[in-house]
Amino acid sequence: MSKKKKLSRGVAVVGGGLSKLGLFKDRNSKDFFAEAYLEMVSSVDKGINPKDIEAIYIGNFTNDFFVNQAHWGPIISDLVGHVPKPVTRTEGACASSALAFREGVFAIASGFYDIVLVGGLEQMSRRSTEEVAEGLGMAGSPYEVAAGFTFPGVFGTIATAYFSKYGATRESLFDVTIKSHLNAPLNPKAQFPFTVRDFMNARIEKCRKKGEPEPNWKDERDFLRDLSANPPVAWPMHLFDCCPISDGASCLLLVAEDMAKRFTDEPIYVAGIGQGSGYSLHAAKEVTSFEATRAAAQEAYEMSGLTPKDVQFSEVHDCFSIAEIIHLEDLGFFKPGEGHKATSEGLTRLDGPKPINTSGGLKSKGHPVGATGVAQLYEVWLQLKGRAGRRQVINQNLRVGGAHNLGGTGGTCTFTILERR
Amino acid sequence: MYDRPFNDNSYEQFLKEDKIMGARCKKCGALALPPRPLCTSCFGSGMEWVQFRGAGKLAAFTSIVVVPPPMVKEGFGKNNPYVVGVVELEEGAKIVARITGVDARKPAGIALGTPLRAEFIRSGQEGPDSKIYLAFRA
Repeated sequence: MSKKKKLSRGVAVVGGGLSKLGLFKDRNSKDFFAEAYLEMVSSVDKGINPKDIEAIYIGNFTNDFFVNQAHWGPIISDLVGHVPKPVTRTEGACASSALAFREGVFAIASGFYDIVLVGGLEQMSRRSTEEVAEGLGMAGSPYEVAAGFTFPGVFGTIATAYFSKYGATRESLFDVTIKSHLNAPLNPKAQFPFTVRDFMNARIEKCRKKGEPEPNWKDERDFLRDLSANPPVAWPMHLFDCCPISDGASCLLLVAEDMAKRFTDEPIYVAGIGQGSGYSLHAAKEVTSFEATRAAAQEAYEMSGLTPKDVQFSEVHDCFSIAEIIHLEDLGFFKPGEGHKATSEGLTRLDGPKPINTSGGLKSKGHPVGATGVAQLYEVWLQLKGRAGRRQVINQNLRVGGAHNLGGTGGTCTFTILERR
Repeated sequence: MYDRPFNDNSYEQFLKEDKIMGARCKKCGALALPPRPLCTSCFGSGMEWVQFRGAGKLAAFTSIVVVPPPMVKEGFGKNNPYVVGVVELEEGAKIVARITGVDARKPAGIALGTPLRAEFIRSGQEGPDSKIYLAFRA
């Protein structure tokens, strides 16, 4: 019944931009998008005349709630001088802009457009932490919300099942956090460009200045074990297991493969693209796997003819530390139950055989939810272009990278594979 | 058995009557809890009500310390966390619910597989506005 899916016309990424991520109360969503957009324009090797952009797809989860403003499509169209050409907003919770990317790819593949801008934005800092949690909770399953689950609570629940099934512990999760925070200082766009040791030393310094007794943490792990430094959020998720609240915007310029060389001598091509949907926690076959990720990955691998081994590095949706471990398994990078071991062995570090979240990930780069999907693809594009600076994956033959985006508590997942030919 | 639509409203109404009611496909026997109006296994649309006994075991859980606004109103907070989890019922279906009778402050001591019994907890004043939620007690 299912036939092999492929694009009837190839699509290439020829430009990209990402705003600095963080909390910027004196700026708004338009400012963030303008920052990303201007970087995109200047990133196109042979230039782009913005008048040639035929359509825009923009992902946004819920600025409706965060800043009481809906209908972001025309606001962005107006901002970048795109009126009266079409703009479409996509929503898939934290996977909103991966859906925008996908729509842009389909629009070009169908032959309808040749040049499309895709992007995402979210402005979360105007709301209190409690309100942001409430806003994000709108993307949870109704049954989970009614029972009293929060987002960290859902992932905490998944973690207890994973621990029990595979013998992992809270300590296994430390390695995800430590690894992500090793990459973030190498990313000038990151919200927290600090290692866990930096956080630890800052805490010690603060105590010293205040004349308080200095904590005697032996190392980062000791620091993460200390509930005063790393307080619980939803067992076993603690502060350092959770991604932050962020503002930001992202965009990528997509063009038809047959005209890509007009924009750059080194286009990055869409090799595979997949999307899946998933059940709520109670109806899922397994608590320790996201069916939507598996479906998305299968679609992307089949389309590209590539295997998990071929994907040399990947961004994965590490909204919580346990999520990264599960994605490593669902994407086929490691066998079920092996994701935590691989992480602890350092295989996913920047200098390891399968670098994961070279950007610092959602945890330390930041997670402006609607912007995240395209922000991840921006990182993959940068790496494949050899423009990732100090966090560049060292591989003379870096050719294939992936980006995995998850919406809600796994209801929407995408996996996209980009390649340099 | 009951002439009620297979939806969330009916499910909640049954909870108020101290019953956990789901749907079963007449064609293939697949269970749906909460009830569904169609079978997602064989896509048949003939469903019948089935009552769950309310016995199960803990399949996964969390203890929530950073509490959402509705739970703050119930008195929960940083110093009074609560446990929610996935319960595997003896009939085979799973459900998410509040877990009681465990120490939310010592989550490391809560074991998966712990046997649980359903209880129906009412909050707010008696009457049409009263809320009910399903909990499972260890």
